[in-house]
Amino acid sequence: MTRRLVLLACVVLLALIPILNLLPDASPFHVSDFIVSICGKWICYAILALALDLAWGYAGILSLGHGAFFALGGYAIGMHLMRLIGPRGVYGHPILPDFMVFLGYTELPWYWLGFDWFIFAFAMALVVPGLLALVVGYLAFRSRITGVYLSIITQALTYALMLAFFRNDMGFGGNNGFTDFKELLGMPLNTPATRSVLFYASLVVLVLAYLMCAALTRTKFGRVLTAIRDAESRVRFLGYDVTQHKLFVFVLSAMLAGVAGALYVPQVGIINPGEFSPGNSIEAVVWVAFGGRGTLVGAILGAFSVNAIKTWLTSFAPDLWLIVLGCLFIAVPLLLPRGLIGLLRRGGGK
Amino acid sequence: MLRLLMLLFLLMAPQAHAQDAFSELLPGLTGGFAQQAETVERLGALGDPRALPLLRALGDTRLLRGPDGTVIVSPGQPPPGSDVIRINNRVRGALRGALGRLQLGSPDPEERLRAAEAILRNRSADDIPILEAALGRETDARIRDRLALALGGARLAAADPASKRIGILALGRSTSPEARALLLQERIATPDLATDIDTAIASIDQRLALRRAAETAFQGLSLGSVLMLAALGLAVTFGVMGIINMAHGEFVMLGAYTTFVVQELCRDIPWLSPWSLPLAVPAAFMVTALIGAAMERGLIRFLYGRPLETLLLTFGVGMVLQQVVRLTFGAQNREVISPPWMQGTLVLPGEITITQNRAWIILFALFVLLATLAAIRLTRFGLEMRAVVQNRRIAATMGIRTGRVDAMTFAFGSGIAGLAGVALSQIDNVSPNLGTGYIIDSFMVVVFGGVGSLMGTLIGAFSLGIFNKLLEPYAGVVLAKVAVLVAIMIFIQRRPKGLFALKGRAADQ
Repeated sequence: MTRRLVLLACVVLLALIPILNLLPDASPFHVSDFIVSICGKWICYAILALALDLAWGYAGILSLGHGAFFALGGYAIGMHLMRLIGPRGVYGHPILPDFMVFLGYTELPWYWLGFDWFIFAFAMALVVPGLLALVVGYLAFRSRITGVYLSIITQALTYALMLAFFRNDMGFGGNNGFTDFKELLGMPLNTPATRSVLFYASLVVLVLAYLMCAALTRTKFGRVLTAIRDAESRVRFLGYDVTQHKLFVFVLSAMLAGVAGALYVPQVGIINPGEFSPGNSIEAVVWVAFGGRGTLVGAILGAFSVNAIKTWLTSFAPDLWLIVLGCLFIAVPLLLPRGLIGLLRRGGGK
Repeated sequence: MLRLLMLLFLLMAPQAHAQDAFSELLPGLTGGFAQQAETVERLGALGDPRALPLLRALGDTRLLRGPDGTVIVSPGQPPPGSDVIRINNRVRGALRGALGRLQLGSPDPEERLRAAEAILRNRSADDIPILEAALGRETDARIRDRLALALGGARLAAADPASKRIGILALGRSTSPEARALLLQERIATPDLATDIDTAIASIDQRLALRRAAETAFQGLSLGSVLMLAALGLAVTFGVMGIINMAHGEFVMLGAYTTFVVQELCRDIPWLSPWSLPLAVPAAFMVTALIGAAMERGLIRFLYGRPLETLLLTFGVGMVLQQVVRLTFGAQNREVISPPWMQGTLVLPGEITITQNRAWIILFALFVLLATLAAIRLTRFGLEMRAVVQNRRIAATMGIRTGRVDAMTFAFGSGIAGLAGVALSQIDNVSPNLGTGYIIDSFMVVVFGGVGSLMGTLIGAFSLGIFNKLLEPYAGVVLAKVAVLVAIMIFIQRRPKGLFALKGRAADQ
């Protein structure tokens, strides 16, 4: 009961941030624009962490390529945002985005069709990562690729996608990706109002995703997942279809990551192939590990706390951040196998 | 007039060198056309190096008549009104022969090569005898090639079909795209000889295709040997011990930086500096093996049986190593210079060119593979290692210190990664993220070849390398990588345990 109250309090506190931003600068409760935008980003990261935790913490699928699903969701919404720029680009072409004019395209490639509708783009942010996860997951789980092998394959997947998206002739802006967005759903980006709307949208998605994952893990399906994580062969011998269970949760997780990416891109205003880099995916893994895998709250807590450390550290010693991150990777499995949550629970239990 | 003479360069007065055969010929250049042509021919036959600038000046109308039978070479275009020695076509023909003969007989191979190129550019049947003579004298293979090409070209330019046919046959035996281009031109010019020319072109194409295939195969072997070096260490740590070491790429990088440091240390000792690379081999092995042993004893052994945690931990170690190197050596590339005995290219028969350092790396990779196999099969350490892998408890009861064997095995695998770094420093940029580019590929090799099988690693590395290079011309570097990845995923569907799956008891963990 108290746990729920604490969670509710946290959500309310987060929800207050954009409101406090409206207070005059002089007010002691005023929150800067920087805090609003960075908290918006962190909420998206938390959704990604939740998605990863669902796959890793509950079903034992350690994906080192969840950043790819995140980035694909981001690219889907980025394509919509590019279409909305319309003739306001540098080259002023009525249809084609700037980079296509620059690269000598004469017409929109077929796979860009439909992205002028928000609903379609948003659906794609779910469908494309979901489909990719379905194909990769089917191939991998069917041949019982588990554990580290799966991790390596997913890492190779995001690496290959990064290389592919760096190419100019992919039709996704190559090296530079998409940026210089103007508006979304009729609201100009980069205004406090839009920022608040995106912030609340992310928060609502986070809460909904949390509730969904919490409900899912409490069902029989969720329990089977946990059993698969702990003893896959035994569950298979008991007659459960392990492949289907894993596939379902992997696809769901990928779609959730896609939504996180779709919410992230309008807030940061840029998406480029760097988002696919294996380092990003593995950073997400450390959020979950640090917060406490196998607990949904832990994943969210991890995303917020690691990113808080990152922001704080990179402001005065950017060189040290990678060393600290590396040390987190080393310290968590050795000293904090259950993450921050495990530490808190143990402290509370005594 | 005086100023003009100052601009000009007085070559020589006949009186001063009257006893010299070369100087005796000079007045002939100022005579009538017939006498000029004869003089030019004799100058060419004389083979005196002083004749070359003189005849060039004559051809370019820069040779002036001097007082009483002397000649003057003007360095630039002579001013109008100067007393230029004029020549007719007959003299020009003689001049070309003499020039070609002089240049082709020059002691400087570069000069001879340039002459052959010049003759190749303006092909004329008149050059045939000069070229034949030069080809008979020439010993440099590269120049011989150009001369043969020029001779073929000159024969094509001949008027009579018999001579043309000889040229076509000769060109058909070469392997150069230029010969092909010459033949194509000739095919348009003389349709009568089309069939002969077509067979010649076909035989060139065949040889060209063969050469391309050989070069692709070599590139594939080269990439494969690099992959094998990087994957061999993984085959030991991951394949034999089951430790997934994501810091393996960073060990490769440390090996490359060790090579750099050894090079810098040897820089000031002249007799040692060409041998810094062989010195770096044991140094890199020791450095990475020690770091590996420390990592195994200090961190990894607490996580045996928890592969995912090991993966995260080793990834963290890799991150720290990378950042520490970046902070110490800087983020920019460091240059490791190939020793002189590794530079340059080898030309194999059939004009297949391979860079020497890549050839050395292939040899080095095979040497490391054999050494690894020998260490595992023939040494006491290898025996203990195999015993611990097969049955840890019984090995322990037989008195093997399993902990020490674990540390040594991990150190051994890490040391091989360091050796890979020495090799990579020769062909890639030595930068802090050197290892990241190879780590995923090496894991693919290990998974493809079959975990725990060194032979599988060998076959896996070379087949992936060659497959990659075969695809590259069609699909580009990036798509080839993606295609290889997809192919491996599909391959794993058919054979989940890799090419060389372990059979029997060893197969189940």
